[in-house]
Amino acid sequence: MHTILEDKKTPLYEIHKALGARLVSFAGWQMPVLYSGVIEEHLAVRSSVGLFDVSHMGEIEVSGKGAHRFVQRLITNDVDRVVDGQCLYALLCYPDGGVVDDVIVYRYNKDRFLFCVNASNAAKVREWFASNAPTTGVLIEDRSNDYAQLALQGRASAKVIERLMDVNPSEIKPFHFMLAELDGIEAIVSRTGYTGEDGFEIYVEPSEAAHLWQLLMDAGKDANIKPIGLGARDTLRLEMGYSLYGHELSEKITPLEAGLDKYVRLGKEGGFIGQEALLKQTEAGVSRRLIGFKMIDNGIPRQDYEIAVNGAPVGVVTSGTMSPSLKRGLGMGLVASAFKDAVNVDLMIRGRIAKAEVVRPPFYKKPS
Amino acid sequence: MDFPKDLKYTKEHEWIKVEGNTATIGITDYAQDSLGDVVYVELPQEGQAVTKHEAFGVVESVKAVSDLYSPVSGSVSEVNDAIIDSPEAINEDPYGDAWMIKVDVSNKAELSDLLSAEDYQKFIEEEK
Repeated sequence: MHTILEDKKTPLYEIHKALGARLVSFAGWQMPVLYSGVIEEHLAVRSSVGLFDVSHMGEIEVSGKGAHRFVQRLITNDVDRVVDGQCLYALLCYPDGGVVDDVIVYRYNKDRFLFCVNASNAAKVREWFASNAPTTGVLIEDRSNDYAQLALQGRASAKVIERLMDVNPSEIKPFHFMLAELDGIEAIVSRTGYTGEDGFEIYVEPSEAAHLWQLLMDAGKDANIKPIGLGARDTLRLEMGYSLYGHELSEKITPLEAGLDKYVRLGKEGGFIGQEALLKQTEAGVSRRLIGFKMIDNGIPRQDYEIAVNGAPVGVVTSGTMSPSLKRGLGMGLVASAFKDAVNVDLMIRGRIAKAEVVRPPFYKKPS
Repeated sequence: MDFPKDLKYTKEHEWIKVEGNTATIGITDYAQDSLGDVVYVELPQEGQAVTKHEAFGVVESVKAVSDLYSPVSGSVSEVNDAIIDSPEAINEDPYGDAWMIKVDVSNKAELSDLLSAEDYQKFIEEEK
């Protein structure tokens, strides 16, 4: 006898099926990987607007008199660099500097924060918070079942959301959020995303998600809005050089190795978990570093392919794809620091050497 | 989904059409649909030997890399270079313009265990 662990379904599962999505198991969820095709969906977001179901993402709320101090202890960034109503990208580290997860922190006020965490790490983060919490003054609540999350992304997204929202979207600045109503549906709306385009991430009660999806699809009809799957979500983030946990970040990779120095406040007052290890790493010199590269020769880099210079292995690919916008293979990889400023590297693709140019992301630059 | 009756099929989702001593090989409609947008193809050179059940090339979608397995042994007599420049043809016309290689068949007995259109269709129904 064996037990089958069933994937969770988002409140939009039936909609995805009706749209003919290809559903896959991802981080314990049945998620749409594509609807019409990765390239078409990718280009829809780059040229106009797309709608994503990202309800698999976890949400954890931290509140109470001790919340501010506790959050500062957990994150590498400094939550006082943002004001109430603002979002902050940060890492959660282990004492050795390895990464628990990368998160967006929503600062309601000094006593209340909402963390958006990766689906694959939600349970781990919840435990990490609980095991590091002070005995009093902090309430940690897993809100993952209280929110469905939709991402509206692309240059036309403000125009689309404006038709439904009681707040003018221009009032929500990049990396800020507001509580708003979309056609009467209460939502947290942040001007954030994972595509490099203007866009919004919208948190609503799961029971409202299907209705809101339909409202947004209707409001976006004349902008040619398309539903977008996880496949294009990955190619869009890769063209921007954004890290993805399990690829550029892991328990074995520090934020400094991943080149996320600007999200690590090594001098933060009061300190944070992992600070000592990261300070030591800075003093000793970071031994490997994330680079971006674009293929010169034909071929598509993939995770775990070897990176070589003059025939000697110097690192490994963390993510790679064919870029739908650039129509070239591109990727990121960790290389020995001595090679981080190399002009070219070689990718070992099935025993063949394929030349690539080292490029500082973003690979894709918006047409002005 | 299309399963032309005049072709034979493999469980690895290649099709093969034998005329005289020459076999034309490609991937099936089902294979291209499962892959999604095909963005890269690697094929052998003319004159290269291929072996039944062994990889003769690679096809890549945005997300994944898949080996191409030869349904038959022999030597490559022609390569469809056009699909190397336009891999999207594999999605558009897998049984026509997007054939991959032609092979001089070395042992016709190897053709006996290939699937008919009907059997292949049954096989993928079961695989789903």
